[in-house]
Amino acid sequence: MEHWSPTATIADTGPRPPSVAVRLARDPKVAVAGGFIVLLIVLAVAAPLIAPKDPLEQNLLLATVPPAGFAQAEPGYLLGTDGLGRDVLSRVIFGTRVSLTVAFVAAGLACLIGSLLGLLAGYLGGLVDTVISRLVDIWMAFPPVLLSILLVAVLGSGLHSVIAAIVVIDWTRFCRVVRTETMGQAQMDYVVAARTIGFTRPAILFREILPNVLPVLIALLTLEMGIAVVVEAILSFVGLSVSSDTPTWGGMIAEGRQIVHEAWWVLAVPLAALFATVVAFNQLGDGLARSLDPVLRR
Amino acid sequence: MLLAVVLNRVAMAVITLAGVAVVVFVLLRVVPGDPVAMMISPGAGPADIAALKAHYGLDAPLPVQFWIWIKGVVTGDFGTSITLHVSVTEVLASRLPATIELAVLALLVAVLLGGSVAVAGTLMRRTAGETLIDGLNSFMLAVPDFIWALALVLLFAVAIPVLPLTGRIDPALAQGFSTKFYLAESILTGRFADAGNILSHMAMPTLALALPLAAVIVRLLKQSLKEAMVQDYVLLARIKGFGELRLVLQEALRNAVGPTLALTGVQFTFLIGGTVIVERIFAYPGIGNLAIDAVINRDFPLIQGLVLLFGLIFILINIGVDLTVATLNPRLRHA
Repeated sequence: MEHWSPTATIADTGPRPPSVAVRLARDPKVAVAGGFIVLLIVLAVAAPLIAPKDPLEQNLLLATVPPAGFAQAEPGYLLGTDGLGRDVLSRVIFGTRVSLTVAFVAAGLACLIGSLLGLLAGYLGGLVDTVISRLVDIWMAFPPVLLSILLVAVLGSGLHSVIAAIVVIDWTRFCRVVRTETMGQAQMDYVVAARTIGFTRPAILFREILPNVLPVLIALLTLEMGIAVVVEAILSFVGLSVSSDTPTWGGMIAEGRQIVHEAWWVLAVPLAALFATVVAFNQLGDGLARSLDPVLRR
Repeated sequence: MLLAVVLNRVAMAVITLAGVAVVVFVLLRVVPGDPVAMMISPGAGPADIAALKAHYGLDAPLPVQFWIWIKGVVTGDFGTSITLHVSVTEVLASRLPATIELAVLALLVAVLLGGSVAVAGTLMRRTAGETLIDGLNSFMLAVPDFIWALALVLLFAVAIPVLPLTGRIDPALAQGFSTKFYLAESILTGRFADAGNILSHMAMPTLALALPLAAVIVRLLKQSLKEAMVQDYVLLARIKGFGELRLVLQEALRNAVGPTLALTGVQFTFLIGGTVIVERIFAYPGIGNLAIDAVINRDFPLIQGLVLLFGLIFILINIGVDLTVATLNPRLRHA
């Protein structure tokens, strides 16, 4: 007979559920999508070591060379060259730098500002809530693409402006969700209990409510990263992002769109990279939402 | 009660639009770039610049500029476009029909496509067919209109070149129209060859805008339909001997469509926002494409007019959605 422990019978009503980390790693969606994002980060950080060519080096004698395997392909140019004879593969690899910078910095800042305002509106209610909610309404009456183009035109093109534009537009996504979540959490018994034993408002907000809103927030942040990558690509496409001597996927797509009948790969390669990245962030966000959300988990 | 809802929403709409007007006006006035410097020829002296500024009213103090602009807006006068040299109202009126036709067609395609896939998925529930639909749809949900548009370019303009890449209609055909609603006019007057030409131009931008919305509709509507299919009234109809398709379409759909309708309305505003970049990609002559040019050229009066127009469209759609939902749901109607 096994050693019998009275505490164990009280605490354990079944097999211990696996920890969050284990559950996440077991989810194939999260594993594949997360692996892809890690790969992108490695590419971005080590771009000069990995890229076969200088992404800016032009060679007009080797312009619009098709990818390997097609007629007239050139050895050494695995994914072909663009209209100025620059190596498409190297440019896509260097393009991850701008895309990921925007994904992490812009989405992170939007999350920070949006959730802070959302927490305040949801918990304090009253006038604060009215002012913040009305602000969100006015914000959302702008078409996001138009607003981002407008903002970048106002701020001047460049990476800082792109990041600022995304933050200024997309804080509302976080604000709305966090506000609703906070209002729901504020009704819970544990908040009433915390108030009864004399916790201060900031303590209740950041030590009690915030941890319970966090799972939703993390999933939302991951989804926002995918959105940020697309917005940067759109702004690069229109010519309002970083200067044209920095390779970006959107900039490559814009060039490829112009010469699509002569050299489809100049459009197809960065578009495929953008597609894979957006899908990866999205699937990761979905997987995280399911693994972290205590309600959906059951 | 419905009237109270309407009045409340209209009051909110006016406040929101006023907010939008102030935000865009202030935003544009802090721009570092000077629109006059961009339009004047090199070599012009300070006196010429001052004269031009006075001509467009850009020399007055900001509150005065705002007051003049708002007074005009209320009477339908949005000022004169700096780059196009015609009244903003005129430019908007000539470009808006193209965008309306594109957006409405895309909405129609999204609803039909999303609706039929959702019904098909419900009929195939708990089979490999449903798993396939769910799997494909989870990818579709992630892909934005910008990526769809360019993927369609590669597919239908390069790989299988069957669709025209740019424009709204073959220029030779564009002469014989008395309105700017080319598609509606050609269908209503029975000129089906023209309609076919217009549709072939609209096919790619329409699909690019419709596919993301269709994916959203599939997910929500299929979920609601599946929930409805296990309700007692469906069981009763099943006992009466109704076929499966009839159960879904006649019994479940009517009760399941509410949430999808509300969401589709909200998503329709996203679709209209998407016209900005999609029109750009296909050089489609609507207000979205115009907006990008206006911003790049710093055409203040045109940008202001466009943003207000977009804001107004968004608000009207939201009011329309609220009213439709309230009319269809008796519980909300009496709330």
